[in-house]
Amino acid sequence: MKPFATLLDRLVLTPSRNGKLTLLVDYFRTTPDPDRGYGLAALAGALDLKSVKPAMLRELVMERMDEVLFRYSYDYVGDLAETISLVWDGGAKDVADHAPQPRLSEVVKRMNSLGRTEVRGAVRDLLDQLDTSGRFAFLKLATGSLRIGVSARLAKQALADMSGKDIIEIETLWHGLTPPYESLFAWLEGRAEKPVLATPAIFHSVMLANPVEDGDLEKLNPEDYAAEWKWDGIRVQMSSHGGTRKLYSRSGDDITGAFPDVVEAINFDGVIDGELLVGGTKRTNAPTRTFSDLQQRLNRKTVTGKMMDDYPAFVRAYDLLFQGEADVRSEGFLARRDRLAQVIEKAPHDRFDLSDLVPFTDWSELDRLRADPPDPVIEGVMIKRKDSPYQAGRLKGPWFKWKRDPYNIDAVMLYAQRGHGKRSSYYSDFTFGVWTTTEEGEQLVPVGKAYFGFTDAELEVLDKFVRDNTIDRFGPVRAVKATPDFGFVLEVAFEGIARSTRHKSGVAMRFPRIARLRQDKLPRDADRLETLTAMIETREGTL
Amino acid sequence: MKPEALLHPTPAGLFCPIGNFYVDPVRPVERALITHGHSDHARSGHGHVLATRQTLDIMAIRYGEEFAGSEQAAAWGEEIFVNGVKVMFRPAGHVLGSAQILIEKDGMRIVVSGDYKRGIDPTCDPFEPIACDVFITEATFGLPVFHHPDPKTEIEKLFTSLKQFPERSHLVGAYALGKAQRVIRLIRDNGYSDPIYIHGALARLCDYYQGQGIELGDIRPATIEKSKPTEFAGAIVVGPPSAFQDRWARRFNEPLIAFASGWMMVRQRAKQGGVELPLVVSDHCDWPELLSTIKEITPEQVWVTHGREEALVRWCELQGIPARPLHLVGYEDEGD
Repeated sequence: MKPFATLLDRLVLTPSRNGKLTLLVDYFRTTPDPDRGYGLAALAGALDLKSVKPAMLRELVMERMDEVLFRYSYDYVGDLAETISLVWDGGAKDVADHAPQPRLSEVVKRMNSLGRTEVRGAVRDLLDQLDTSGRFAFLKLATGSLRIGVSARLAKQALADMSGKDIIEIETLWHGLTPPYESLFAWLEGRAEKPVLATPAIFHSVMLANPVEDGDLEKLNPEDYAAEWKWDGIRVQMSSHGGTRKLYSRSGDDITGAFPDVVEAINFDGVIDGELLVGGTKRTNAPTRTFSDLQQRLNRKTVTGKMMDDYPAFVRAYDLLFQGEADVRSEGFLARRDRLAQVIEKAPHDRFDLSDLVPFTDWSELDRLRADPPDPVIEGVMIKRKDSPYQAGRLKGPWFKWKRDPYNIDAVMLYAQRGHGKRSSYYSDFTFGVWTTTEEGEQLVPVGKAYFGFTDAELEVLDKFVRDNTIDRFGPVRAVKATPDFGFVLEVAFEGIARSTRHKSGVAMRFPRIARLRQDKLPRDADRLETLTAMIETREGTL
Repeated sequence: MKPEALLHPTPAGLFCPIGNFYVDPVRPVERALITHGHSDHARSGHGHVLATRQTLDIMAIRYGEEFAGSEQAAAWGEEIFVNGVKVMFRPAGHVLGSAQILIEKDGMRIVVSGDYKRGIDPTCDPFEPIACDVFITEATFGLPVFHHPDPKTEIEKLFTSLKQFPERSHLVGAYALGKAQRVIRLIRDNGYSDPIYIHGALARLCDYYQGQGIELGDIRPATIEKSKPTEFAGAIVVGPPSAFQDRWARRFNEPLIAFASGWMMVRQRAKQGGVELPLVVSDHCDWPELLSTIKEITPEQVWVTHGREEALVRWCELQGIPARPLHLVGYEDEGD
């Protein structure tokens, strides 16, 4: 447990991606099988471990500790798993540093072999045998709340870095393997052949697109690319093989149980990539409905008949990975699409349709189409190289997403907070506000927070402004001067806006970022809250 | 005699009315007894100061020679009478020169521990338990969550990180008096002999420690020596934590912020401070040490001063030891 616990301790506090990769690679290189495989599973969210209820953990602590002292401790630390890891045995001296501790693989095997009545005693024993940081790691695993800022993708990148293999190869294999991944590590270390997958009826890592950035398209020939609408639903994968039909989210979560209306309609074998939406398919001539309608169906384990009647779900198909058992991912996009069209043609019309291609001759024409799409549930266009094979991950080049222009407002900097890692000596997280009329007159009300979008040179300017114009401090946060005639105006771009009861201003932005520094403007020129609410009303009006 | 007649809390600090002196007063007073040189305990502007030679020297370094009207040095174990009250200084094991003060009159013995620790520290004399009626203990880390690991294993984390990130400058935050010198000494005891770079705020105190025979090895100012950040690749830099949030820190190569403090036991504390590498090295007692010290001294009463008073008082009550919090304010400015 020690190497994994040490890794967690470092990952929690390491903000930079490269720093995390270094720590992960070091862990995978120096930790033996099968422990590292279970560690990998835990990081990638693929570890199956008998769960422990917080209530039982509290009871275990109280067996040996005064309740008042526990409460003081919990109030101070704030996290249950961490508190218990620190105060276990009433805060007695820790296990000797070099005393033997159970290995991660032993912990996993022991926990998963327990009967219901044995859990309490086994957890008590483990807490006795582990040191503070081992207890923390164990409790985080057993309570299922490992939040350490490492995605499955990052863990796989570390595997690629340690072995020199391509991450796409690892992604392709990933969902066919199970912990502790000994065959995977053997291959990564050159000790064995690449593992062979048993069946295609599993989740296959999806292919992702990069956003179009300045200058990207000028270098590309429009004739090499096809375009499709980008629909505002959720990306899914349908996998059907030998009577087993599954629906997965784009990260591989099994969401079959929440969408029986779609899954039961699957009448083909193979793997299809598409967008899950609610409403009617274009073959039923009913409109596609909004993301907020789709949200009614998300994050549920089961679904009622009424829910399915009110919010019928369907899949708009984008791509085909397997046709029957044949892996067609190495074929070009248009070739796969021809196959996909045949499959969808024979599939139930109310549950499946084919994503349309958007004809265009040059990038400026596509730009116009993107800015003014024919359906409000479209959020932009996808651009795909006609001959691109289906490759897992987010490669730069074959696929792009080009969203509708984001919203823009001018706002005033109100608060700033220091960043992390490289930015720990800079004020780089900014809360900004817009004008509104209150009983006390014109005031700036905070509407959001942004911590990227600016260049390093711009950050120097922002940081200096914060340091020179601080009017108050609250812990790590500084309030800066902001009056109608003095302050810092920021042009803020964002992807969407919605009503919010959680924010004082009543609005919440999606992905706000600082688009430009507007030193040419005075705070009095900044936007008003009414502008933002009007954006919401406009959006609602078009839907 | 009731103990309160010999010593009691006032807004200026603990006051002995018979001897007409204060212990570690937070405001300027006529006569002060000072346990150690941290700025929350040792302030300038008192009429007369009684402290150990080293504490007086440290106060002169920090505040200038004119830090008090007059001064008197107390040797370890020397009996000194102040207006008829016997006082005696004994090592507290906190930082160089740090003392507990025994205050005795008519058979009533009160020990003011100041800040203290029980772990091994080559940079100061170790704590000596003193039998007494009232033991006044600090409670900086007076919660069951705090147990400080072996400082050697904590320092090994720094070396592991240097291996993993050889290109990054490792900035180790440590308070200027005591912790900084202890950390440097721990690094040396791990076999590291390369230069260690220090922030200017540490220079005079490090010189003083070296003058007192505490070997710190090759230490150099971090300011002028090198001009490019890459020249600091893989270097160890020690400075006060506040400096790392300042522009000062930008001179280093991809700085990795470490912090040597007992507070680093709690992850959220580390995270809030932007610390990547917490090193749990403390100059205070942890929870088990507080408890074992009280059990060892077996005083009639325990008074708890600064820190987490309520938890330690609660524990004393559960043990049947009379205890009270003193609610003194003004300490913890220069914590751990």
